[in-house]
Amino acid sequence: MIRQDVIGEAALEIMRRAAIVIPEDYRSGIRKMVGEEENELSRFVLEAMCENWDVAEEDRRAMCADTGLPRYYVKAGNEARIEGGMVALEQTLRRATAQATRDIPLRPNRVHPLSRIDHDNNVGILAPEIEYSFEPDTDWIDITTVHKGGLFGTDYRMLFPGDGIDGIKRFFLDVMLEFGRRGLACQPAIVGIGLGGSKDTAMAIGKQAACLRVVGDRSPDPEIAALEKELIEIGNDIGMGPMGFVGKSMVVDCHIEVAYTHTGGMPMSVHSFCLSSRRAVARVGADGGIAYRTDPRWFTPYHRRSGVDWEAGAPALGAAVAL
Amino acid sequence: MKTRRIELPLTDGALDGLELGTAVYLDGVVYTGREGLYKRVLDEGLEPPVPFRSLGNANFHCSPAASVNDDGTYNLGAVTATASFRFSRWLSQWFGMSGCRVVIGKGGMTEEDYRAHFVPNGAIYLSTVGYGTGALLGRGIRRVIDVHWLKELGIAQAMWVLDVENFGPFLVESDSRGNSLFEREGRVINRRVDGLYEGLRQPALKRYGETTSRSDEVV
Ligand code: SF4
Repeated sequence: MIRQDVIGEAALEIMRRAAIVIPEDYRSGIRKMVGEEENELSRFVLEAMCENWDVAEEDRRAMCADTGLPRYYVKAGNEARIEGGMVALEQTLRRATAQATRDIPLRPNRVHPLSRIDHDNNVGILAPEIEYSFEPDTDWIDITTVHKGGLFGTDYRMLFPGDGIDGIKRFFLDVMLEFGRRGLACQPAIVGIGLGGSKDTAMAIGKQAACLRVVGDRSPDPEIAALEKELIEIGNDIGMGPMGFVGKSMVVDCHIEVAYTHTGGMPMSVHSFCLSSRRAVARVGADGGIAYRTDPRWFTPYHRRSGVDWEAGAPALGAAVAL
Repeated sequence: MKTRRIELPLTDGALDGLELGTAVYLDGVVYTGREGLYKRVLDEGLEPPVPFRSLGNANFHCSPAASVNDDGTYNLGAVTATASFRFSRWLSQWFGMSGCRVVIGKGGMTEEDYRAHFVPNGAIYLSTVGYGTGALLGRGIRRVIDVHWLKELGIAQAMWVLDVENFGPFLVESDSRGNSLFEREGRVINRRVDGLYEGLRQPALKRYGETTSRSDEVV
C-alpha cells in the first residue's frame, strides 16, 4: 500500500526540483549549441541562460519567474495499491500544488478565464491538470510534474492526407517563424509534434512529446525518427536563434508522437518547451521508497499501444454471457 | 559584446552612445508596473500610491515569483519580464506622468512605438535576456524596498519597488533614434524566409493568414 504522506512528500519535492533545477539532458543540449552558435548575440543569450541555471541551483530559487502552469502526469503500475484510492491521490496532488506555490515560491499563475479570480495557489477548476497512464506487471507509481510556460509556441492545424510530408514541414516552419520572432517561444525549444488521433489527441500527444521525452530520445519507429531529425535540421537552418536574433539555435530536439486518425485527415499540433524546460519525476515504490529522476519515461511500449492487444482466435467479447 | 553598467535614476547623458545590442547592468531603484497599474492611474485616474518620480525613472514590466511571509516580509524568488507589446497604448501618457526613461520588458515594441512614445521622452527600452533569466535577475535584487497595491492588484500586478545591484543582463533594444534591435535582426532573417518554403507543396486548404480574403474557403 502506497501511503498518501509519501505521495505528498514526493509531489512537493518534484515541484521544487522542477522549478529550480534544469534537467541535465536539456542543459547539455544547450551547452552543445553554445559551442556551435556563431552569432555573438545568440551565443550571449545561451551563455546567460546557462549561468542562470547555475544561479538558480546555487541560490535555490526558481529559474524563471514565470513558473508556468504546474501540472502532474501519473503513471500507475497495474498492481499498485494506493491508500485512499485515486481520489485521495488527486487531493494530495492538489494540496501539494498549493503548498509548493507558497513555499518555493511559484508564481500564482492560475486564474478563472473570465472573472480572473486568483486563489494565489495555482489550484482551481480543473487545475492543476492531472493525466493518467498505466503500466502492466508492476506496483510503483511514477509522478511527473511539468511546469510549462508560454502563452506562445503552440499551434494546431488540420492537414489532409494529400498534404503529406510537405504539409508537415510547412506547418512546422510556420510555427517556428510565428513564435520565434522576438523569441516569444523562448527558444531553443524541445519541439513536440502530435500527428493524428482526434483533434484533442493531436494536441495532447504533441504536448506530451515536448514535455515528457528527453533531449536525445528518438522515436522507436525509424521513419518517424528520420522525420524528427530532419525537422531539427530544418528548424536550425531557418537562420534564427534565441530571442529571434540571427543565429542557428532554434530547436534543441524534436519529438513526434502519432495516433491512428480519421481516414480523411491528418491533424497536427506543434508545441515548444522553452528555455525553462521544467520537469521532474518521482517513483514511489510499494515499500514507501522514493527515487527521483528527470526522464518521465512516459511513452513506454505499453503506453503507445503499438500492437492490437489480443491474439487472433481469442473468444469474442460477450461470448461468455451469450452462453 | 559591448557591456555598460548604468546608475539609476538615469541622469542626462547616461544613454549617450549606447548602441543596440549592448549588454546593460543596472544599479539603483526599479519598480514593477504593468496593465493593472496603468489602468488604475491612467484609465481610472486614481492617485498613485506614491509619487512615481520619487522612485526614480525605471519601470520594469514584470511579475515576480514572490510570496508574503506570515511576519509581513517578502519572499522574492525569481523575476522575469512579461511581454510589453500589450502596453503600448498607455505609454505616451505614462511617460508624461511618471517621468520614466527606462522601460525594461520582454519582446520589445515596434520602431513606430519607439519613435512615437520613447524618443520624444528621451526613453529607451531594455530587453531581458533569454527570456528566462529569472534567477540571475533575482540575485541582482538587494532588497524589496516596498510593495504598493498588493491587495488591490495581487502579487503579479502589484508595484514592487526594488533596490538593485549589478541587475542584469539586459540588452539595449531601442536606441535614442528609436531603432529596434529585434526589427534589425528580423530584417536579416526575412531575406531567407521565402527560400525556406521553396519546393514544399501548399496544403490543399489554406488558413486565414495564407490568404487575406475572408471570402476564401479555409480550414
Ligand atoms: S516561455 Fe519559459 S523561459 Fe520563457 S518566460 Fe515563459 S517559462 Fe520563462
